[in-house]
Amino acid sequence: MAFDIGLAVLVLGVAIWTITARDTFAAVIGFVTFGLLLALVWVRLAAPDVALTEVAIGSGVTGGLLLGASIRLRRTETPAAREKPGATLRLAAAVLCTLVSAGLATTVLLLPEPAPTLAPQAAANIPATGLGNPVTAVLMAYRAIDTLLETVVLLLALIGMWSLAPDRVWGGFPGPRHHSDPEGVLTFVAQLLVPVGILVGIHIFWIGSVAPGGEFQGATILAAMWILAMMAGLVDAPPVSRRWLRLLLVAGPAVFFAIGLSGFAMAGAFLAYPAAYAKLLIVAIEVPVTLSIAATLALLVTGPPERARQR
Amino acid sequence: MSDAILYGLCGTVLVGLGLFGLIVHPQPLRKILAFNLIGGGVFLLFGAVARRGAAAGFGGDPVPQALVITGIVVAFSATALAVALLLRLFQETGQATLRSDG
Repeated sequence: MAFDIGLAVLVLGVAIWTITARDTFAAVIGFVTFGLLLALVWVRLAAPDVALTEVAIGSGVTGGLLLGASIRLRRTETPAAREKPGATLRLAAAVLCTLVSAGLATTVLLLPEPAPTLAPQAAANIPATGLGNPVTAVLMAYRAIDTLLETVVLLLALIGMWSLAPDRVWGGFPGPRHHSDPEGVLTFVAQLLVPVGILVGIHIFWIGSVAPGGEFQGATILAAMWILAMMAGLVDAPPVSRRWLRLLLVAGPAVFFAIGLSGFAMAGAFLAYPAAYAKLLIVAIEVPVTLSIAATLALLVTGPPERARQR
Repeated sequence: MSDAILYGLCGTVLVGLGLFGLIVHPQPLRKILAFNLIGGGVFLLFGAVARRGAAAGFGGDPVPQALVITGIVVAFSATALAVALLLRLFQETGQATLRSDG
């Protein structure tokens, strides 16, 4: 219990730092630390799958994205900070936020006893999926519709981002071109880490059927490896108009949707799996979904097209 | 007090802190950061509910845990889109402000 209290205080301390830090770059560093500490909280709450997702996406990829943005926006900080609202408004905001927190805290303290749970239903359905990890079973069978929509949301975010590109670079290369320095540390690290990271990503994805892990966590590691290779200048980002890239991005949701529709014929409902082939079908969905998510995440971090394609 | 309630309360404070940052910070990037703190707090509330629902030999209810994983990924895509909009605004106007008279 002492450990939990200490961890909660630390999480709140870093969160306060993230809000109050004068410099945005420092605030982002605070946010990344916050994400890592939050992952520890997830481990304490017996949710290792969420902990992996928090480290990989909540802290890692989001942190990288925000760090990049804070460097690009650095010189807008000082003029923008002058628009800070007056003391009265800040006080009113503080009162409002305290009330919101107090209201939520009351709800937490008055949660019903015994706690409602869907764990027995989830447990009863696990044997039918052939999976050993309850969270993966929920994501791929019990609440598969959420996971399908989520892959579509990622794709929509990417389409939204790409559509911000000015006309002259439409269909071009996303993000700035990074040049490789053969003597550089980053190049060395990328050459060393990327092959290992790809193996780790595939392992985390594959082990997800029986242990903590899964397609989102594995895909994030794969995405991080691609981002690292691009940042080190080992590979350039592909132009967004490339057909293979478009196919790679939609393959996951498309296969997911197709197998979901075939559920009508095979098992009588959308996204229902016939018992004999459940695990096979789930793997058939997960492989393209993992590749599509990895590509989408990497391109969301890279940004909209910035350089026109040579004709 | 159980660990679920402790971290649930921690989540409620995070929501309040994030909301405060969202209101008082004029810089859009700080607002995006604060919004992610609110998200963290909401997920933690889910985590507390999941932990209390421990049954059937699991340490927590897997259904809210799976929803949080979905939530983290969706929060990331929203953040990426927001940052892209902000960088485009900066590219277009040379400043990153939400002032309406600017």
